Amino acid sequence: MPNTTFKIWRGSRGKGDFQDYSTDITEGMVVLDAMHQIQAESAGDLAVRWNCKAGKCGSCSAEINGQPRLMCMTRMDELPANEAVTVEPMRAFPHVRDLVTDVSWNFEVKKKIKKFRPRKPDAPDGTWRMQQEDIDRVQEFRKCIECFLCQDVCHVLRDHHKHDEFIGPRFLVHAAALEMHPLDTENRLRDLKEDQAIGYCNITKCCTKVCPEHITITDNAIIPLKERVVDEFYDPITKLVRLLRRKKDA
Amino acid sequence: MAEYDRVEHDVLVIGAGGAGLRAAIEAAALGARVGLVCKSLLGKAHTVMAEGGAAAAMANVDDRDSWRVHFADTMRGGQYLNNWRMAELHAKEAPDRIRELEAWGAVFDRTPDGRILQRNFGGHRYPRLAHVGDRTGLEMIRTLQDHAVFQKNIDVHMEVTVVKLLKDGERVAGALAYDREKGRFKLFASSAIVLATGGVGRAFSITSNSWEYTGDGHALAYSAGAELMDMEFVQFHPTGMVWPPSVRGILVTEGVRGEGGVLRNSQGKRFMFDDIPENYRNQTADNEEEGWRYVLGDKSARRPPELLTRDHVARCIQREVREGRGSPHGGVYLDIAWIKEKLPDAEEHIRKKLPSMYHQFMQLANIDITKTPMEVGPTTHYIMGGVRVDGDSQMSTVPGLFAAGEVAAGLHGANRLGGNSLSDLLVFGRRAGEYAAKFASERGRANPPTSEADDAVRLALAPFDRGGTGEGPYAIQHALQQMMQKLVGIVRQESEMVEALNGVRALRAKAADVGVQGNREYNPGWHTALDLDNLLTVSESIALAAIERKESRGGHFRDDYPDKVAEYAKFNIVLRKGADGSMQLERRPIPPLTSELAAIIEEQKS
Repeated sequence: MPNTTFKIWRGSRGKGDFQDYSTDITEGMVVLDAMHQIQAESAGDLAVRWNCKAGKCGSCSAEINGQPRLMCMTRMDELPANEAVTVEPMRAFPHVRDLVTDVSWNFEVKKKIKKFRPRKPDAPDGTWRMQQEDIDRVQEFRKCIECFLCQDVCHVLRDHHKHDEFIGPRFLVHAAALEMHPLDTENRLRDLKEDQAIGYCNITKCCTKVCPEHITITDNAIIPLKERVVDEFYDPITKLVRLLRRKKDA
Repeated sequence: MAEYDRVEHDVLVIGAGGAGLRAAIEAAALGARVGLVCKSLLGKAHTVMAEGGAAAAMANVDDRDSWRVHFADTMRGGQYLNNWRMAELHAKEAPDRIRELEAWGAVFDRTPDGRILQRNFGGHRYPRLAHVGDRTGLEMIRTLQDHAVFQKNIDVHMEVTVVKLLKDGERVAGALAYDREKGRFKLFASSAIVLATGGVGRAFSITSNSWEYTGDGHALAYSAGAELMDMEFVQFHPTGMVWPPSVRGILVTEGVRGEGGVLRNSQGKRFMFDDIPENYRNQTADNEEEGWRYVLGDKSARRPPELLTRDHVARCIQREVREGRGSPHGGVYLDIAWIKEKLPDAEEHIRKKLPSMYHQFMQLANIDITKTPMEVGPTTHYIMGGVRVDGDSQMSTVPGLFAAGEVAAGLHGANRLGGNSLSDLLVFGRRAGEYAAKFASERGRANPPTSEADDAVRLALAPFDRGGTGEGPYAIQHALQQMMQKLVGIVRQESEMVEALNGVRALRAKAADVGVQGNREYNPGWHTALDLDNLLTVSESIALAAIERKESRGGHFRDDYPDKVAEYAKFNIVLRKGADGSMQLERRPIPPLTSELAAIIEEQKS
């Protein structure tokens, strides 16, 4: 694909349209390379957010041919040849300019999740012992690069705009990483049920499909959290025990 | 008078990678009201790309390790130009800084008995790097970020870039910055400032560094009158990707070699055995079998020559390529797949220990590293030089101006050991935060002069006045990168570096006439234009210092002076802005080691 046309969404604060640019593509190029080349050749002010260009920082999230992806990890030669490539900003967040969106909501949501609270160190040297097999799952969640593509694709946020009620897959994964941390003593289940609306997720697994880190978001994080919430609040035996205990306390 | 928002903080931390975050946390813990300025979004800084691990002599894997060995390793790796006080503090304090991260939620890989696992790395005598697969930097920055946002006294300013430091008399008083999103200016008034802006990799064309790495802190400090030191020492990491062209320079962690990866030339030969430097000979394996036993943890084995220091490995690779024994795309082969001859579950092991390398090569180069060797070559990775600071407090020669992490000089001397950067961030980020908070509470608020801020605003907006008729910012940056790579790269010589100095002057004239189109909202052309001055300043300082050091040592290698010269071990090269605005150079003698530290170096030589 020597010369390729890109339909890039350009505009400010949500107002704009697709504009055509073309540039030469060489072996191994990724979409982000093409954006940089277009900046240098014909659109010096094309707004693109990026950092590492190695799939590690999660800055260059966009929608390429309609799919939420990292621009730095999308190779040109995996896109259909001889067709224009569309590049547009993530649609679940307020637009800033061109391909850049305002993702600050995500940073605010994170502050609402109770932070890590470890148990007292209990090894003789004043630290802790943890077995590798007990942290494998947590390490999977901690691979997250916070690209927010899972938030972008989640229909609860993207289509139903429940940003005020629902924290989205990214922060369910974050909560799961804390809840399953062997040292953590905090309980986040009531928050997850009530303030963070875990129930809104109806496990369509779109988030898992777009995760560039291949975190099994739905199966490994969200479903186990949902089960914990159910056990805590809806299990009839637990409910009975709780009721009796309350009576005894009174 | 120019328009800007005025923001007040006790301590302003510029840069939100590991060092900046750790500094902010410490300053806030001491009661300072802290402003944390990120050039990008929070959690995206360059620390996120660090792969291999953080060096700390916890002795979890090999109980012969101690701060004394770590200190001696760091000094040997730095060819004894290090600020030895920093090397001492770093070796002593790193273990506590790592354990502190665990208490804040970090989840490091574990030993069989449940402690933090440590891995082998170049120049470290024992397995010393606490790590999480090959994504240790991400784990560190996320842990620090998630801890910092719960501190009451930290205000985070995302996507904000500082263009000038402001002084009140001798002391630093604040900074002028712009926000990326709207292009509005902010005037930060603060009692102390910590620079944690990282490095200068974007001055070169082949680099593992992101767009942010334009030497901002180096140039800001220099312009404010602080001294720069050791700027000739740039680290070219031996293993960056070389193919396809668009990924050239992306880092391939040294962890690959730590896990048993070997370097071969086109003839299949492990060429690192051919050239083992004298001062490493008795700690380096002289045959392949011993090298493999070391990887397996045999304490009687010496480490394989692939784990010699980065400066040396990079030059050996360069030599193989130059002498016609390179790979098809101008690198050499890094082979981890070969360990399947030795381990039954090798493929699984590689994917577990090096997941992002597996992913990176699969996705970007169509190469399965569990089956096929990688093609690698040197890439600009790190600068040992930076702002000259006091070893204990991290304060520069400008009162109230501190620096920590890559932007500070001293810890690494002429060459940094892998893994010493992540621990550097923690140890000296914390110290800079502590001393900055103390300085702020003792000295109170200074008054940033608005006339200087007004001038800076005018200068920053000038590229818009020239618009499309001015010089293009991307073309100037590209020309500088090509020139520095070619003339002040891994192998240097006088005539080329003089040519580079002249080139910097010519590009400076062009940069003075740079023009940008569009408006101030999230305009990357404008941002590139504003970064140019910093890139030019650090490029000039690198070339000037490199010309002065007429020998080869650590990251600095000269074709015309290929040997180490004892005389040059006695001083650091220090640069300062002269009264006439020109760059002044000075040879600054290195103070003598304390007798205790000198004895440690001797004892560790065996």
